[in-house]
Amino acid sequence: MTKARLTRLGLGVASAVLALLAAFAITSLVLIAAGDPVGEVWGQLLSWPEQRNWANIINNATVLFLSGLAVAVSFRMNLFNIGVDGQYRVAAFTAAVVAGEAWLPGYLNTALAILCAMAVGAIWAGIAGVLRATRGVSEVISTIMLNAIATSLVAYLLRKAAVREEGSNALGTKEIPEGSRIGGLPFGDFEIYGFIIMAAAFGFAFWFVLNRTRFGFDLRATGQSTTAAVASGVSVKKMTVAAMMISGAIAGLVGLPILFGDAYTYGSTFQSGLGFAGIAIALLGRNNPIGIALGALLFAYLDEQSNPLQILVGVSPDIVAITQGVIVLTVVISYELVRRYGVRLEQREVARALATPSTDQPEEVSA
Amino acid sequence: MSTPATPVAETAPATAEIAVRLRGIGKRFPGVIANDDINIDVRRGTIHAIVGENGAGKSTLMKILYGVQPPDSGTIEINGAEVSLHSPADAIKSGVGMVFQHFMLADNLTVLENVVLGAERLHGIGAKARAEVLRISDAYNLGIEPDRLVEALGVGARQRVEILKVLYRGARIVILDEPTAVLVPQEVDELFGNLRELKAEGLSVIFISHKLDEVLSVADEITVIRRGTTVKTVEPQGVSARQLAELMVGSELPSPSTEASTVTDEVLLSVSGLSLPSDEGRPLLDDVSFQIHRGEILGIAGVEGNGQAELVESIMGMRAASSGRIELAGADLSHLSTRERREGGIGYIPEDRHRHGLLLESPLWENRILGHQSRPPSVNHGLIDKRAARKDTARIIEAYDVRTPGPDVLARALSGGNQQKLIVGREMSGEPVLLIAAHPTRGVDVGAQAAIWRHIKDARRNGLAVLLISADLDELIGLSDRIEVILRGRFVGTFDPEDVTPERLGSAMTGAGEDK
Repeated sequence: MTKARLTRLGLGVASAVLALLAAFAITSLVLIAAGDPVGEVWGQLLSWPEQRNWANIINNATVLFLSGLAVAVSFRMNLFNIGVDGQYRVAAFTAAVVAGEAWLPGYLNTALAILCAMAVGAIWAGIAGVLRATRGVSEVISTIMLNAIATSLVAYLLRKAAVREEGSNALGTKEIPEGSRIGGLPFGDFEIYGFIIMAAAFGFAFWFVLNRTRFGFDLRATGQSTTAAVASGVSVKKMTVAAMMISGAIAGLVGLPILFGDAYTYGSTFQSGLGFAGIAIALLGRNNPIGIALGALLFAYLDEQSNPLQILVGVSPDIVAITQGVIVLTVVISYELVRRYGVRLEQREVARALATPSTDQPEEVSA
Repeated sequence: MSTPATPVAETAPATAEIAVRLRGIGKRFPGVIANDDINIDVRRGTIHAIVGENGAGKSTLMKILYGVQPPDSGTIEINGAEVSLHSPADAIKSGVGMVFQHFMLADNLTVLENVVLGAERLHGIGAKARAEVLRISDAYNLGIEPDRLVEALGVGARQRVEILKVLYRGARIVILDEPTAVLVPQEVDELFGNLRELKAEGLSVIFISHKLDEVLSVADEITVIRRGTTVKTVEPQGVSARQLAELMVGSELPSPSTEASTVTDEVLLSVSGLSLPSDEGRPLLDDVSFQIHRGEILGIAGVEGNGQAELVESIMGMRAASSGRIELAGADLSHLSTRERREGGIGYIPEDRHRHGLLLESPLWENRILGHQSRPPSVNHGLIDKRAARKDTARIIEAYDVRTPGPDVLARALSGGNQQKLIVGREMSGEPVLLIAAHPTRGVDVGAQAAIWRHIKDARRNGLAVLLISADLDELIGLSDRIEVILRGRFVGTFDPEDVTPERLGSAMTGAGEDK
């Protein structure tokens, strides 16, 4: 690794730490303003979790990781896929129905359900991609609207596909047969989702495709500069649709660890809001799989640790939602500050490294 | 540079005569000293030219004088009083006005509206303002028609509106940043007439340029800036263009002149009936046909905005709506994508390297891949070969003298000239048969300029066909084997660079003598 790359890595870590410290400080100010015991809240949040809690954290982080990856694909293209929330719900519902019907035996059934989920997620996001590529509709607007449509559509279809559980008002799809469920991995006395292995594989595939393939290069080039990408021979329209569809396909996986490892059915109580957390985590993780994994762990950790706040300290666990929200803001600010610092550092470095003075000056950095 | 600037005249002029006095101005940007110990005296009622190569620090200096950027050191005196300018508003208050190279006019407003915009408090927006505009126009012979829409005006007239805007706001010191860059020779003469009127009325004009003949003909005093510092102040009577140029460059001058012709009769690029409609009706390109032979440089001359960019982008396949036939070495490119055309052997040095040529936030080796995503050595079977890409980037850095610590540096960190050399090196990779060079030396320093000229000549000698677009007529005449003039999307004349003058090209570029 050369010095330039080491410096860049160091700056990346520094900016994340800076953002977290700032977010913690702001949260403390909120606590002080509300008259809550700052020390006790942090004491609880930063206490070392029990093994049982660690299992929950890892499970939750697996789900958030997939959500973060999905958003990161679009971010790399400079697209803003806000629709991960709708995409994973439509996809998880589809997977639940397919797996519940059990047309194929055992794990073939699982594989088919996963493929269907990815396909549906891709198509759902692809709608926004096609609208953007052909009509110039902002993907921010269209994915938000598609979220609303997804919610209603799933609610509507659930009524048709659902079987009423005995003695309950909750609606759900048919239970996935035991042979098609994904078993847990042992974690001390507890189990974590077996899906974590697939999540890790997708994380690696994400890195490989983006950094080592021509397709990934085209995608990143388009994200950095549409004009330069066009001049280099990239078809931006195709890339827009492709990036949105890949983002949607990964979004289709978000609900599956829960579906195949825990719930076994898609019901009206299926966990929602996972897509929005993914936006924050992708930002925090700088669209890099390892960064996203760390961000997902952090968010899952904060969620888990905040649960007993009400009982132990008498403070609403929502304080953690404030922290998570503030992190998004501080991350954006701190990354920009560190980026500018890095550019300046590098220009100075370049100027110093060049023995022969040049009359030419670096062109100014446009903010 | 430690040579202090020689004072304006041998006998130190009385302070009252000095409109602007700059002493010890310094300005640093990260990694570069843009200005260092600048000393200039501008006398009242004179035209003071500031000359220097691109990147010598002229524009930075003018931004400091106009309050856009604060200096890190030094003092500014205006009419004998020291001032500190924190914004253009401060500068205007002190009587300093600036006409930028890129006009800042609203096309859909009239001349009068443009002039009063933002200065409504001076004379209102009604009859009083109109009277004032006409008074200024008459006083300095600007020939302004207040009720015409700006979009209907030519470049020269727009520039006069910009000058009037500055005068309307009460400027007594007018800065013009490269005012002649956008003008053809005839318009330049008119502009100089206007400037002499300003001078006669006791205003001071600061005139920034790197065109020495113009400077010598219009300026009363000339200050040369090199590498961010004032080298010398001279009077035009005592100096030749060549001496001035040597002061600017600090060494022997390079020249773009071509060697013996290498033109063959083998056609490499053949364009026929190329047209590009526009939304407004008048086509951007209208039935353009031409051929370039192996070993030939075809230069395209034209006032900017007459279809040069559209021509290049149509050949590159970046304009979907274009029609006509484009053949490269016998193969029909007309229906191929940009990538397939590049694979077919087109190298492309784009007009705007930041927008079209580079990924500024990516390292140099990734920029090496840009435009070559489908070709070895950097990419094999859809996979990026990072090691090969870095190695080939190192080759380009070496062969094209790109000044950088290594291939891992971000493109943004390089100077403009080095960015451009990297692009030239990249586009010459992969054995192109056609090189399209749009304004290849715009905004680069002399050293890089000479190198880029040499590379273009090498390309020609190695049997490439070269399409050269440039606003620099000397560059065009010096490099080209043949020059076509483009006007309103059509080719209107062919010239032999051996016996053409910039003036004749200028006439053709504006359509002078053309039947309407």
